[in-house]
Amino acid sequence: MALADKDRIFTNLYGYQPWNLPAARARGDWDNTKALIERGRDTIIQEMKDSGLRGRGGAGFPTGMKWSFMPKESRDGRPSFLVINADESEPGSCKDREILRHDPHKLIEGALVAGFAMGARAAYIYVRGEYIREAETLFAAVAEAYAAGLIGRNACGSGYDFDVFVHRGAGAYICGEETAMIESLEGKKGQPRLKPPFPAGAGLYGCPTTVNNVESIAVAPTILRRGPAWFASFGRDNNKGTKLFQISGHVEKPCVVEEEMSIPFKDLIERHCGGIRGGWDNLLAVIPGGSSVPLVPAAQIMDAPMDFDGLRAVGSGLGTAAVIVMDKSTDIVRAIARLSYFYKHESCGQCTPCREGTGWMWRVMERLRTGDAAIEEIDMLQQVTKQVEGHTICALGDAAAWPIQGLIRHFRPEIERRIHENAALREAAE
Amino acid sequence: MADRHPEPDSPALRARWGQFAWTGDNAARAQDIIARYPAGRQRSAVMPLLDLAQRQVGAEEQTQGWLPLPVMEFVARELAMPVIRVLEVATFYTMYNLAPIGRFHVQICGTTPCMLRGSDDIMAACKAKGLKKGHTTPDGLFTLTEVECMGNCASAPMVQINDDNYEDLTADSMTHILDELAAGRQPKTGTQAPGRHTVEPLGGPTTLVAMVSENHDYRGEW
Amino acid sequence: MPKLKVDGVEIEVPAGATVLQACELAGKEIPRFCYHERLSIAGNCRMCLVEVKPGPPKPQASCALPASEGQEIRTDSEMVKKAREGVMEFLLINHPLDCPICDQGGECDLQDQSVAYGRGASRYHEEKRAVTQKTMGPLIKTVMTRCIHCTRCVRFSEEVAGVDEIGALYRGEGMQIATYLEQAAKHELSANVIDLCPVGALTSRPYAFEARPWELKKTIGIDVSDAIGANIRLDSRGREVLRILPRVNDDVNEEWLADRARYLVDGLTRRRLDTPWLRVDGKLQAATWAEALAAVGKVHPGSSVAVIAGDMVDCETMFAAKKLANALGSTMLEGRQTGLAYDTSNLAAVAFNSTLAGIESADAILIYGSHVRDEAPLLNPRLRKAVKAGAKVWLIGPWWDTTYPATHLGDDASVIDALPEDVASVFANAARPAIIIGGGALAKGGLGAGLGFAARFNLVREGWNGFNVLHFAAARMGGLMLGYAQAGGIGDIVAAAPKLVISLGADEVDWSKFANSLIVHIGHHGDKAAHAADVILPAAAFSEKDGTYVNTEGRVQFSEKAVFAPGEAREDWTILRALADAFGVTVGFDSFDELRAAMIAEVPALGAEGLADYGAIPAIADHAPASGVIGYAVKDRYLTNAIGRASPTLQRCSAELIHGVFQAEAAE
Repeated sequence: MALADKDRIFTNLYGYQPWNLPAARARGDWDNTKALIERGRDTIIQEMKDSGLRGRGGAGFPTGMKWSFMPKESRDGRPSFLVINADESEPGSCKDREILRHDPHKLIEGALVAGFAMGARAAYIYVRGEYIREAETLFAAVAEAYAAGLIGRNACGSGYDFDVFVHRGAGAYICGEETAMIESLEGKKGQPRLKPPFPAGAGLYGCPTTVNNVESIAVAPTILRRGPAWFASFGRDNNKGTKLFQISGHVEKPCVVEEEMSIPFKDLIERHCGGIRGGWDNLLAVIPGGSSVPLVPAAQIMDAPMDFDGLRAVGSGLGTAAVIVMDKSTDIVRAIARLSYFYKHESCGQCTPCREGTGWMWRVMERLRTGDAAIEEIDMLQQVTKQVEGHTICALGDAAAWPIQGLIRHFRPEIERRIHENAALREAAE
Repeated sequence: MADRHPEPDSPALRARWGQFAWTGDNAARAQDIIARYPAGRQRSAVMPLLDLAQRQVGAEEQTQGWLPLPVMEFVARELAMPVIRVLEVATFYTMYNLAPIGRFHVQICGTTPCMLRGSDDIMAACKAKGLKKGHTTPDGLFTLTEVECMGNCASAPMVQINDDNYEDLTADSMTHILDELAAGRQPKTGTQAPGRHTVEPLGGPTTLVAMVSENHDYRGEW
Repeated sequence: MPKLKVDGVEIEVPAGATVLQACELAGKEIPRFCYHERLSIAGNCRMCLVEVKPGPPKPQASCALPASEGQEIRTDSEMVKKAREGVMEFLLINHPLDCPICDQGGECDLQDQSVAYGRGASRYHEEKRAVTQKTMGPLIKTVMTRCIHCTRCVRFSEEVAGVDEIGALYRGEGMQIATYLEQAAKHELSANVIDLCPVGALTSRPYAFEARPWELKKTIGIDVSDAIGANIRLDSRGREVLRILPRVNDDVNEEWLADRARYLVDGLTRRRLDTPWLRVDGKLQAATWAEALAAVGKVHPGSSVAVIAGDMVDCETMFAAKKLANALGSTMLEGRQTGLAYDTSNLAAVAFNSTLAGIESADAILIYGSHVRDEAPLLNPRLRKAVKAGAKVWLIGPWWDTTYPATHLGDDASVIDALPEDVASVFANAARPAIIIGGGALAKGGLGAGLGFAARFNLVREGWNGFNVLHFAAARMGGLMLGYAQAGGIGDIVAAAPKLVISLGADEVDWSKFANSLIVHIGHHGDKAAHAADVILPAAAFSEKDGTYVNTEGRVQFSEKAVFAPGEAREDWTILRALADAFGVTVGFDSFDELRAAMIAEVPALGAEGLADYGAIPAIADHAPASGVIGYAVKDRYLTNAIGRASPTLQRCSAELIHGVFQAEAAE
């Protein structure tokens, strides 16, 4: 049973139709949003909890519960803020871009509903700087929504005042980390903050703040319209709903597609991507959730349900559901080494293990790529990843460590082969 | 060593940029931008203002724009913030160009998803046209940079040139794009794969087919 | 008061404590680089990781984690040991192993902690990072390849100094600490980043390659470059003080020191008066002690003797000179060299009563005729803290950059009696209002006006005294306690035209007014007084003698002798004792201990370290109006005294940082 088109939330995902307000309204966005708001904060949060929606930015924290952490009312006059994370920069991830450029009104409506539910006075949508055209669309969509009275004073005639602002980044993956994003919004370098305090207590400008992914926010109005039970009817327990999957790499037809959570990997690829390049026997490994999660060898991924629990069971994670497929032509060590370079490039430099460790790991990976290393260095590298993992302020350190750990776990023989080959070549040359 | 450095301070730099100020349009834009943030939090506007300033410099030079130190100082004054904090921001985020740059900033994504789809070939095509990583061509047209994942992974490999993305590249299409730009023509942006619209599976969507031809409203089927 | 366990031992810690502080209370050493008690918490070095339950199954940064009820903290587990080894290894991979040529060697946190917590060997075989050299001015030497990015220096300059001079540029492993355009750090407290830097990235430029810490004798002293009385440590080798560092004293200088106090050290060995001099036919000629003392003994001044104390002298010297003058029948003593003549009948009215630490809790502050950053650099961070906590600050006197929000009310001293209504209402409603009266106001009759202000706004109340006079001279409060004040100030002495004037290092006096007096200068530097003197008796600088100092709060502090005075120079009290013999009078002491005992007998407060009790400030009904445009005494913050003026380092600071004149420098 495939997900039916009528149950897809992002109906203009491919942008065949205009993104603008009239077209979005014709598709059902901004349809009596006032009525959604009139359900009241507690009801909205409860329905979001009941829907089983887990954050779509990678960590998978239950969205409704996150909203419930916000103060019910301001006791000291501080306003609350909603920050929407559109800093999509995780290698492999390219779903929020489609929402921003093809369905921006879903996001803006979601911002209003979510902002109301958490008592925020405004939402800041932090769009990664490189999404230049996407941000232009979003700015224009926000302007449309203001002009139509959907946001701003007395948004949608609900009596609730709510602003939506767009803030562009300028090239820093780390700003996708929620506290780095807040720092960046405050006009500083994007360096993650120490927690506690958590953003719900003291976030943007020291005010209570919730940071949500674009997709998490954009699905909210539809969930509320169709009811939590509808959303919860997709996917396995603890892994509910529909999800935007982004399949890149060695499939016949890479694409972004909305599917039911828990869809088996093979079905996903067969149904939408035209299969693996060169056939299923040619599949080497898959990084199923964006660059930060460990790769999974072909045999293990084949029947894995594409959801949080299913991928954890194979030693990886759903992350942002950015599925990077690698066939047997792939230089697997180079593929991971390139990710190591990415993390070295994107480390903010604040804390020691990440600042120093990402560079070290990348340099060793580069030598492993060519085989210019000693066998013991594989274990040393593994230990270095362990010295980084869990020792940093934010999760970038973990994200840099895990792909390497996955490579060593599953492809150690390949790494050793290169070292031996290189040694033999050198010996022959002498 | 950091691989980016601000263009060194010099009398020539001061002479050229010391009087930098917003154009009329940009002054209004700057006010709009600052108004997005709560009163007293104008420092939040430093990133958009640096971007605006970079674009203004670019407009003056007919390039993609960069940030001379006196321009950073101008932004610092506009926001009443210490200039060292502006420099921190400008050096932290990679989209601020710290040194002069060509008319077209060719930013090839080299991260794994693009690499798997052949970004090496794209890089080679650029090289064949005389572009060199980290350098501007002698005619001042092209500056080539390898960048990290740009979020176009389902239409990889890709390049961002100034404000536009070119996706589903091949060596040939990359060469064509460079030729067109050099000739002063605007090539088609977005995917370069014939028959592909955006990020649907090549050959036509497997879902939401009704949307292709009309703005279909699915609510009747709920 | 949460109760928790550290390595199995239960302790109770103050509410608001961090896990790191809890561990310290339990007697556990927690290694750290970025954490510093007086700076905001950065949590970036990751050296202080400990295991905390309940919590995630990974080590936690103890500096940033609040201690809470029921926590079980382990500092001795395998997880913690491994975490420390790991962080240590990361810190060292790109740190040059150049300890033998690094000035931090022997007092380097990285060195010490790598011995204590490191693994002993590196597994890093890649290329090491090199960072281009940075310039930070004449005081701070940089070797940025050694930097471990703890950002203490960045936080100090932003938070304590209040100037955003230093930043962390770029990102990731390319992150670099620098000033904007590599400008010199210009702040008057800039060199404190040298102490804060846990490695050899920022070291003392004038002190470069001078000594190793283990060669140095450490002596505790009191800074004499202003009236704050910063607690210092004098590090000496042989007969030379090689450097001056701050000591921690939360009541006085916290752990900071002004640049001009730290770097006057090379002035201690230059332009020294190291032999007696006699003026013969209008020219100074070197003499022996016997000749010099005999020359003075021949004067027979009767009681026509005056003593003028300089800004840096200790109480014992002033007391000894006072005894000598008394023995000759004179009470003409004065220390206010530049002519100030405010009323000193009540010492509480001329002291900093809020205390330096106390002023942090003021909520409305009027700075009346003081350029605090020039006159008391260490007070300004206190005022910043007050402002951070919500205090409002107003300024009367020419504007200077406070580093915190302050409102300028005008330049004329009379403004204090014509405050705008809104300002007056803030002071009327403040819980802890305060005034800080500086020399600039005292010179314009501001003391009475200040006391009037105190009465009007009830500055003294239960649990709070907001009336403060901020002096500039280290000798001032001690001098006043010993009676170094004439009703009309130094003008009275000029009018009396004494036959003999004894200068105790009085280098700020307009000596042309004493053209008809015989001037005997007891001092240590060939500065202004020496040029005017008829007899020069070479004495000890503050580093060369024991002495008692009283700071502007009335805090009595003792300083110790670090090295011997150079050449023929002698400790001041011995000179005065010898003069007594030359004059044939008795002063009542034959040793320093006897001198001190006599002094304490006369002024008991000088015998007890800590705040002297001056009683209540006088209640005054009305006062003569203050008037005139306020001027500040300090024209060049680096060259404020004879030692500083002799210091090549401070001369260079003055030239480069104030006047923008750069001296050519030999390659290092």
